[in-house]
Amino acid sequence: MDETVIRIRNLHKRFGDLHVVKGVDLEVKRGERIAIIGASGSGKSTILRCLNFMEMPSEGTIELDGKLLGTEGRANGGRAGRIYSEAELCALRTRVGMVFQQFNLFPHMTVLENVMEGLITVKRTSKDAARSRATEQLTKVGLLDKLDAYPGKLSGGQQQRVAIARALAMEPEVLLFDEPTSSLDPELVGEVLRVIHALAEEGRTMLLVTHELGFAYHFADRVVFIADGVVHETGTADEVLKHPKRERTQAFLARFTERAF
Amino acid sequence: MEYTWDFTVIVDAFPVLLRGLLVTVELWVLAFAIGLSLGFAVSLGRISGRPWVNAPAIGYVEIFRNTPVLVQLIWFYYAFPIVLGQQLSPFTAAALGLTLNTSAYCAEIFRGGIVSIARGQWEGAKAIGMTRAMTMRRVILPQVMKRMLPAFTNRGIELAKVTSLASLLAVNEIMYQGRLLSSTYYRPLEILTVVALVYFVLIYPGSYLSARLERRLAARD
Repeated sequence: MDETVIRIRNLHKRFGDLHVVKGVDLEVKRGERIAIIGASGSGKSTILRCLNFMEMPSEGTIELDGKLLGTEGRANGGRAGRIYSEAELCALRTRVGMVFQQFNLFPHMTVLENVMEGLITVKRTSKDAARSRATEQLTKVGLLDKLDAYPGKLSGGQQQRVAIARALAMEPEVLLFDEPTSSLDPELVGEVLRVIHALAEEGRTMLLVTHELGFAYHFADRVVFIADGVVHETGTADEVLKHPKRERTQAFLARFTERAF
Repeated sequence: MEYTWDFTVIVDAFPVLLRGLLVTVELWVLAFAIGLSLGFAVSLGRISGRPWVNAPAIGYVEIFRNTPVLVQLIWFYYAFPIVLGQQLSPFTAAALGLTLNTSAYCAEIFRGGIVSIARGQWEGAKAIGMTRAMTMRRVILPQVMKRMLPAFTNRGIELAKVTSLASLLAVNEIMYQGRLLSSTYYRPLEILTVVALVYFVLIYPGSYLSARLERRLAARD
């Protein structure tokens, strides 16, 4: 159980002159559920997005299952860094799935086709097998009656559940959630959080960037508070959210007047 | 106006005009088909983040869009052979010029279409392990094709008309045959009118369909 799935060392990310992530170390154990919290612009989403290389790290290393990703070499700018091939990153992303704030479903495909797409093009599963696995995942998120609908006809909550099914269909070892409820109407947040909660019960390894502190409290084995691009405080949900030690964490939490936990 | 129309010359000239039409269609189809594929390749260069790919692609597009087609055709016939060290047939020179010109315009249509798709679509596909090529084929192009169709149809129509400039390189397409015949028979009014009509019959179905398609697509969105 204590097996480390992901190990991040000294992660940095710069966008031009903007230094967003400034040396983050983080270990994720198998089956662990981590909530990453912090103010807007603190770099928490960027850290998450570096884990499946939606953003390329400017510096630092990422290990998956004890294997260091990329090879040593000189990147574009001539700085020493790591080089990642497209093949390696595509293979990695089938193992580390992601759910986005904006869902990013394919509007020209039906719900079922959206979930089948990765199975067919990436995993080269047969159409029949892909259809049955996709149907299975869509049943799990409660959308069996929407298989042939187009995403445009669905509510935000339903779209996000399709996106979760699409990620699950690839059978990833780790699931990343990037503010999955931030763009939803308040009355639709619950249905998405219930699905995420059900996945947590299955013992999946998950990282969640969120502003829903109440949910984070119940969801997470560990909470990581990010400020100014570094891990400012980390510990169990109780330690960080109820008894924060550091002033900055306390100030951040104080701003959430309604603490639902 | 005391003019006696004599359309019997058309009957005599028809086989030649028909052969000319065939060359026009050949030139049109060839330049459009290759121009489209080449244009797609150039558009990939245009949207590339790498300056050494991007800059030549921009240069290519701008040169062809900002010089007259006629100058380009004449350049490919009279000037390019000097660089090449080998004479080109009028047809080859015209086909080359028209193809490259069309590809530059098509590249801009492709580029505009591709960048109009939200970045989230690329990310959604990336996150399930799709490569850039897969994403382009399965996610991006199917969505932009619909948007780009009217622009490509317009391009096709424009190209059909511009093929007539090849007559100035003595390519034996329909315009060239028309001019030749009208001086042979001294009947420019009849012959050139028929040439214009042939172009109309050739092009109008395309522009009619395009307008209908545009309306249908607009109604659906």
